[in-house]
Amino acid sequence: MLLFILRRLLQTVPLLVGITFISFVIMQLAPGDYLTSMQGNPNVNPETIARLRTSFGLDRPWHIQYLLWLKNAVMGNFGYSFTYKIGVFELMGQYVFATLLLAISSMTLSWAVAVPMGVYAATHKNGLIDRMTSFLAFTGISLPGFFVALLALLFAQRTGWFPVGQMQSANYTSLTPIGKLQDVGWHLILPTLVLGTRGVASIMRQMRGNLLDVLGENYILAARARGLKEKVVIVKHAVRNAVNPLITIFGYEIAGLLAGAALVETVMAWPGLGRLLLSAVQSQDLFVAMGSFVMGALMLIIGNLIADVLLAVTDPRIRFS
Amino acid sequence: MQTDPKQSEPRNPSGRAPDAGEPVPAPAPLPAEEGAHASEPITSDPGRMVAAPALDHHAMAEAPPGAPATPADARAGGQLLTGAAARAALSPIPLSPGRLAWRKLKKNKLALSGGVVLIVLYLVALFAPFIAPYGYTSQERGSNFRPPMPVRLTPAPTVYEVKKSRDQFLKPIFIEDASRPLPIRFFVRGEPYKLFGVIPTNVHLFGVEGGKRIYLLGSDQFGRDYLSRLLYASQISLSVGLLGILITFTLGLLVGGISGFYGGRIDDVIMRLCEVIMSVPDFYLLLALAGTLPPTLPPVQVYVMIVIILSFVGWAGMARIIRGMVLSVREREYVEAARSLGVSDFRIIIRHVLPSTFTYAIVSATLSIPGYILAEAGLSFLNLGIRDPMPSWGNMLSAAQNLTTLEQRTWILAPGVMIFLTTLAFNFLGDGVRDALDPKSR
Repeated sequence: MLLFILRRLLQTVPLLVGITFISFVIMQLAPGDYLTSMQGNPNVNPETIARLRTSFGLDRPWHIQYLLWLKNAVMGNFGYSFTYKIGVFELMGQYVFATLLLAISSMTLSWAVAVPMGVYAATHKNGLIDRMTSFLAFTGISLPGFFVALLALLFAQRTGWFPVGQMQSANYTSLTPIGKLQDVGWHLILPTLVLGTRGVASIMRQMRGNLLDVLGENYILAARARGLKEKVVIVKHAVRNAVNPLITIFGYEIAGLLAGAALVETVMAWPGLGRLLLSAVQSQDLFVAMGSFVMGALMLIIGNLIADVLLAVTDPRIRFS
Repeated sequence: MQTDPKQSEPRNPSGRAPDAGEPVPAPAPLPAEEGAHASEPITSDPGRMVAAPALDHHAMAEAPPGAPATPADARAGGQLLTGAAARAALSPIPLSPGRLAWRKLKKNKLALSGGVVLIVLYLVALFAPFIAPYGYTSQERGSNFRPPMPVRLTPAPTVYEVKKSRDQFLKPIFIEDASRPLPIRFFVRGEPYKLFGVIPTNVHLFGVEGGKRIYLLGSDQFGRDYLSRLLYASQISLSVGLLGILITFTLGLLVGGISGFYGGRIDDVIMRLCEVIMSVPDFYLLLALAGTLPPTLPPVQVYVMIVIILSFVGWAGMARIIRGMVLSVREREYVEAARSLGVSDFRIIIRHVLPSTFTYAIVSATLSIPGYILAEAGLSFLNLGIRDPMPSWGNMLSAAQNLTTLEQRTWILAPGVMIFLTTLAFNFLGDGVRDALDPKSR
């Protein structure tokens, strides 16, 4: 098992190098660089711009820039944000935490709600709940994420029950630690709901389909014939097998979550990695953009790794292949 | 867009897929083994670009299965049939798979309704300049953020002219003036346009006369009629999805076919590239790519670039899965036979190997179109995609980011409803197509 994990980790290294390269190339595709916007400003001395350009290293050929970046990145120095004037690593810390928080909470919500609902829908097939959940599932995956986020904001504004976006209230710094926790938690509710509904919809349908498939299997019939209670049959035998395929979806869910989170973060002003990437791309803040791009990819890869480990744990066939 | 051939390997972005040297359980069915076909339910989550198949462990565990006892057994999926069903299963004239699928599809009410809605939407998009009373740039100064005008149906469809005034808080509001009705006329002559881009005409479906304007869905912050913009935007948003999926489809099939067929170094290199692309959350990649478009690019070029960007983000997933399927198909006898007959490699790939992947490809494409529509809408919403003045459902919604606007003028959420309807219809249809093409579902 450990060997498996180590092997996978080693394989991610060349992958990361490839990702950094691609992100660098993409950022170079944009005409000009961070200082181009300053060039149009008559108040700024062109010599200052040239000097800044040299000090930022933006005048070197692009492959040299990339290699320099890589050399520094390996040592933990991800560069310097032109806009915020602090190191990229420090800047990203808070944003990564925010995205992680949102991702984990919405993933927890969606799985905790979807699996029982899927099981219930499958066991009471074609009942009212089944039809309702099926309809909700379709709606859930069809609603655009940012649209739901807008509706949530409207809801928060009209009712005042939830804060309208952001992660912290204005008086955050003056709260007690418990108060801070509560404040962030209160701000977390709506974004989690928005992101979670999509996850609930797709996972629930999958769970229902898988469980229906499993319930048609012979060993379920055998278990029933042996006289096991229905509840035991369902939970101990059927669900365990039905959840297996869902674990592989876990990895894809993480990908979709990170992607969907970017839009929700933007609409609801949640200070996460997606928003950072957006602002960095728009202002051509090269190192921040690369850093958040790579960080996003890293989170995805780790998520996939966790999913693979989970799969290896539950399915011996994978472990011994 | 994290798609992966669901074979014995776990989803493994950086791992090596089983190569020609290692045994690979066949994921695609041999014709006689339909009953044990790994049905690979395809999930469509519009948050992802290309629909991902879910793992079907039981079908995997059965593969390669012992052949079912009789062809009837295979068709019945191993269940005991009686009466008419048995006679139908044993019928000596089997319908072609295409016919069978079409019949199953027709029985599915949900899928049919989805299909009808889509046909209506695309027809509306095609005739958008005719149905829309105004062009998408035509403004009326001083008419910003007008509320929608309610239509009175008696005695004839009319709308009342609206006066601008201020309420007690000096906020500008619009009051209906019941003494000045504007009758709605049909097939009026209005602004000139080119139907389908070729036929110059100026007939519009409806409108009002006398130099006044009708705002069925209100107006936006520049005084442009929202309904007209909505209709023109449907052209853009709906076509982006179709074009994008066409390019992805082609690219994914070709690259996946070549990669799977040849194996070896080419396969390695291409799969590495696909893994790198797939290891980035798709929206991040979209953001980064769309952010590089220069702000002075003309709108049509922006449109083309957006389509290209969308396809670029989506093809990797598709190529990966197609390649997995091709890997198994290329060992079949008919491919060997074609090769020994001297058929060129390219023809083998296109005419013999790839067609077996079409079932999956069609379902995946249908279920991925909503992903593309949503991705374009998301990009335009962030002002990185289609830009003003060209309307797109996404960028019409970007004005809603301002909370005051959103609260006071809730009708600006109309494009969101359109996106929802389109995506819902595509999901219904895609689900129906998948069920129809799935040989296991009766």
